[in-house]
Amino acid sequence: MSPPLGQSSVAAAPNRHLLETTGLSVSFDGFKAVDDLSFYVNKGEVRAIIGPNGAGKTTLLDLITGKTQPTKGHVRFKDLQLTGMREYQIVRAGVGRKFQTPSVYESLTVFENLEMAFPDNRTSWSAWRFRRTPDVIAKVEEIAELIYLRDRLRDRAEILGHGQKQWLEIGALLIQNPELLLLDEPVAGMSARERESTGKLLLEIALNRAVVVVEHDMDFVKQIAHRVTVLHQGKLLAEGSMDDVQKNPKVIEVYLGH
Amino acid sequence: MPVAESSRRPAASVALRHVTTVLFNDARRRENIYFGVLAVLLLVGFPLLLDTFHLNLVGKYLTYAFVALGLVLCWGYGGILSLGQGVFFGLGGYCMAMFLKLEASDIASTSIQSTPGIPDFMDWNQLTKLPAFWVPFKSLFLTVVAIPLVPSVLALALSAAMFKRRVGGVYFAIITQAVAAILSILIIGQQGYTGGVNGITDLKTLHGWDIRSDSAKMILYFVNAALLLGAIALSFSIIRSKLGRLLLAVRDREERVLFTGYDVANIKTVVFVLAAAFSAVGGAMFTLQVGFMSPSFVGIVPSIEMVICAAVGGRTSLLGAVYGTLIVNYGKTYFSEAFPELWLFVIGALFIAVVMIFPDGLAGLDLRKALHGLLTRASGFARKRKKPAALVPPAAPSAPQTNAGSQ
Ligand SMILES: Nc1ncnc2c1ncn2[C@@H]1O[C@H](COP(=O)(O)OP(=O)(O)O)[C@@H](O)[C@H]1O
Ligand SMILES: [Mg+2]
Repeated sequence: MSPPLGQSSVAAAPNRHLLETTGLSVSFDGFKAVDDLSFYVNKGEVRAIIGPNGAGKTTLLDLITGKTQPTKGHVRFKDLQLTGMREYQIVRAGVGRKFQTPSVYESLTVFENLEMAFPDNRTSWSAWRFRRTPDVIAKVEEIAELIYLRDRLRDRAEILGHGQKQWLEIGALLIQNPELLLLDEPVAGMSARERESTGKLLLEIALNRAVVVVEHDMDFVKQIAHRVTVLHQGKLLAEGSMDDVQKNPKVIEVYLGH
Repeated sequence: MPVAESSRRPAASVALRHVTTVLFNDARRRENIYFGVLAVLLLVGFPLLLDTFHLNLVGKYLTYAFVALGLVLCWGYGGILSLGQGVFFGLGGYCMAMFLKLEASDIASTSIQSTPGIPDFMDWNQLTKLPAFWVPFKSLFLTVVAIPLVPSVLALALSAAMFKRRVGGVYFAIITQAVAAILSILIIGQQGYTGGVNGITDLKTLHGWDIRSDSAKMILYFVNAALLLGAIALSFSIIRSKLGRLLLAVRDREERVLFTGYDVANIKTVVFVLAAAFSAVGGAMFTLQVGFMSPSFVGIVPSIEMVICAAVGGRTSLLGAVYGTLIVNYGKTYFSEAFPELWLFVIGALFIAVVMIFPDGLAGLDLRKALHGLLTRASGFARKRKKPAALVPPAAPSAPQTNAGSQ
């Protein structure tokens, strides 16, 4: 059901890609978690990254967002070399990331959680002088509407359901209006209905930004992704549309073989 | 309809309910009231109740409250446990003491020394010239600038060395502890420059004003109390702002804050430097009120005692820090007179109790709940005696208000 956007630009000049990794590798005590990985993401694309547990999906996001420094290779985002930049600089450059386990501020309300992510008050001084202006309230309410939490704004985040926390974390990212959104297993632990809502949410989000989703759930991936990248043992195993990838014998071997 | 319902109630009861709602139901307002109570206690209560000697003693305790206040911000809120706050207290105190010592060492009163005009301990240690780092402390203006500045610069250097590299938690605590040990050893070792283990003593006047007189002690007490209340007000404005929520977020979910685009190292630096500056002001006020400064306020033990003061008050309670400091130091004064060798055990036991049994300290004790329980019991007792009252349902269930005291 997803329109095959972005597929026509396969042969485009490298600078057309929003995000590009070249020869990216990292090893932990000799163990190569990501191994010589070159891959790219275009503007407006929804990309799924799949692969068995331990394939290096989360580590790849760590490398892009500066949490882990690569042993070899680079990450480029727009005209920026992300490699070597600090985490907060990468975020400010326009890369948002959701963690595998929901990560929200439990003791704050939904409103405060979203407000916390507001991008204009990031120094200590401006955070101290911060006032809840109508602009802020309007933006928070707009995002809350989008993530289905409009009527939960005054509730503390700790009483939200698991799925709602995932949405809240996504909402906190959206407040910052990132150009690239990296989501690590956003529908893990969600009910079927929540999954469907999340799928709708992601398609809406993707209208004006690129989204990379790490996911296990094949049905979900089919619902949202334009292209699928399969990782295995830190290496790129296959890439293409969901149908292509599912027919790929190497993927079948890795995924269904055992 | 709400209007009809409220009009059916007796007006007095509605009014009373309104007053208690306004006064107590809003947590922020409740805090403001508690702050007002503390201000009255410090500015009116203690001065009326205590003689000059005891008022001066309370004034001394209150100088430690600056340190505890800083710890609430950087430890309770920001999650940065420093076991070396005595360093900043001491540096502030030494800056003040150096100025006072120079003023007390004029040529006339040091004429019997082999080098008149320098502090006596320098003369005893065969120094013949004032060391260069003492020279700025001839100026009161430079001294007042140096009191917060010197400790802040050290805090800044420590922050730059550690927070950027993500040194946190236990490692940070150990390093601050090491700094405290090093500084106190340095001060003790460099007798000629610092007065050594005795510290800087025999301080007399501040710009000609005799700080040893009763009237001066009284005035200094008020200056100290006013500065402390100012520091508390500033701290409230921080913890109530987005910066306060950010500090809690750094404590509980550092990674999320980082990946929301905040420079976490910078936020930690700001709060650690602020805590250092607070401590330094306390140290300077200590010197003025007590009349000396010595390395015994710099080292490991005083630094840990200050953490315990903050913990006893409740590590996220600004006002609790003041009460915790008063109680712990009052206890210390009495214990160390009666059973000097027991004090370390008492403070150790206190620390364990605060960590394991009362993690929220005094602020965690729910006074209102306790009071409410007491009152309902009392009224239940009264009701048993006068039968008819039993028709009225017991104590209209007051809205469950938890977290009194802290936020
Ligand atoms: N910081 C680290 N230190 C050591 N090993 C790591 C580290 N991060 C990831 N790994 C290892 O790298 C491999 C890939 O992990 P990960 O990227 O989390 O896989 P997944 O594809 O399931 O998200 C795993 O074997 C994991 O144990
Ligand atoms: Mg993973």
